Amino acid sequence: MVRIDSRDGLWPDPPESPESAAFVAAAREGRFLLRRCLACGKAHWYPRARCPFCLGETGWEEASGRGTVYSYTVLAREAPPRALAYVALEEGPIMLTSLVSCDASSLAIGQAVTLVFERSQNGMPVPCFRPAAGG
Amino acid sequence: MSINGRAYIAGAYEHPTRKAPDKSVAQLHAEVAVGALTDAGLTKDDVDGYFCAGDAPGLGPLAMADYLNLDLRHLDSTDLGGASYLAHVAHAAQAIAMGHCNVALITLAGRPRSAGHSGTAARPVIADAPDSPWEAPFGPTTVNLYALCARRHMHEFGTTPEQLAWIKVAASHHAQHNPHAMLRDVVSVDDVLASPVIADPLHRLDCCVVSDGGGALVVVRPEIARSLKRPLVRVMGAGEAAKGQRGGEVDLTWSAARRSGPAAFAEAGVTPADIKYASIYDSFTITVLMQLEDLGFCEKGQGGRFVADGNLIAGSGRLPFNTDGGGLCNNHPANRGGMTKVIEAVRQLRGEAHPAVQVGNCDLAVATGIGGLLGSRHGAATLVLGRE
Ligand SMILES: [Zn+2]
Repeated sequence: MVRIDSRDGLWPDPPESPESAAFVAAAREGRFLLRRCLACGKAHWYPRARCPFCLGETGWEEASGRGTVYSYTVLAREAPPRALAYVALEEGPIMLTSLVSCDASSLAIGQAVTLVFERSQNGMPVPCFRPAAGG
Repeated sequence: MSINGRAYIAGAYEHPTRKAPDKSVAQLHAEVAVGALTDAGLTKDDVDGYFCAGDAPGLGPLAMADYLNLDLRHLDSTDLGGASYLAHVAHAAQAIAMGHCNVALITLAGRPRSAGHSGTAARPVIADAPDSPWEAPFGPTTVNLYALCARRHMHEFGTTPEQLAWIKVAASHHAQHNPHAMLRDVVSVDDVLASPVIADPLHRLDCCVVSDGGGALVVVRPEIARSLKRPLVRVMGAGEAAKGQRGGEVDLTWSAARRSGPAAFAEAGVTPADIKYASIYDSFTITVLMQLEDLGFCEKGQGGRFVADGNLIAGSGRLPFNTDGGGLCNNHPANRGGMTKVIEAVRQLRGEAHPAVQVGNCDLAVATGIGGLLGSRHGAATLVLGRE
């Protein structure tokens, strides 16, 4: 059985950007933000200043952090093993992320997962997902 | 207006090296340029258009244009990753049709094998790429992102690892005849499944080789092509497209070839059923399977059944593909396989493929490529080529 552990404090640091600053600040307080268009009303991922559907202005909103696995790959050769995934957020967008704190053999497409903020080597928040309680 | 018949591929050359630690990348570009011009029967001074992509050292096309000391009136460094060179053929045909050049040289070369750059290595983070703040921590390497596509395809359509393995098996049947191929041993489905899992569900033998080397093409206007001694390989149709994460509306079951393929067939006035030989970009087995579906060789989701049981093997299968052994067995120079896809299609159309894999009366071929990362952001380019 391949165990996928937490990598809290071990993730490579994400580059900083004016477009991610508010997300990072909220994430440090444990709040998971995504961005929604002020013109067409659609949420998107990854967050950006202009809507990828209509190029309208966008704004932040707090998201539930609930989702389901869209696809995943277990990288068992890496030490320690890890799992890259796309997760479909309850709000609609599908985001590239990683699955943590799980057994590789228990993962499945469609599985319910919950957001967990881990930290990069320099303490930047990294949005990951773990199996939902009871899921 | 169409490019059909407005330009011909008059020269093609694949560098025989697979490891070149003692040569510079510029030197390899120059060597393949010489090879393709010699093949065409042209000289450096005939070249007035130059095309290259991100593998070329220096700023865009400028450093190589200077290194080769070319006197140019048309330059293009469109970069669609490994699919660039298929797009370059189309762009060269467009430029020729518009009278902007007569003889277009396209070069590719690189030394990732000597430099230790492979698809499992962490990709250097491009700090100002807009996706990096969101994705860089997760180390989305090349093979990982293709594995995500394979997993989803299996989930939606019941595609199996055995079916993917058949793609490698077919490539290996072809590579045994290619003295330059890196991997010349014929492998079985069981061999592929027994190879180590790199990124679940992809095995080591689902992945292409990492090789040094390169290739070049010469595209010319029809009058020049007819004045040369080489068989006439006509550019009949082309398409290109890009696909990303679509704002979060991710769908990993199809590629941008869904747009580039039909566009190329339409411009050429042919259908997939007419095709005698197919060069299909094979960075990974899943890349081939998805493009076959997206080009319309079979219904979406039926790719696994299409490729199984040796149906891609020249001589016995319904669609001979990558008869040089492809990126899976022969060569994937600079981690960019589009150039070699065009070169083998040209060989087939000229009747110059290895006799053991030469397709009889091969007068219509398709070459198609995926560049970048299939599971996040990629480009596609497709060419339909014919022999006159
Ligand atoms: Zn919008």
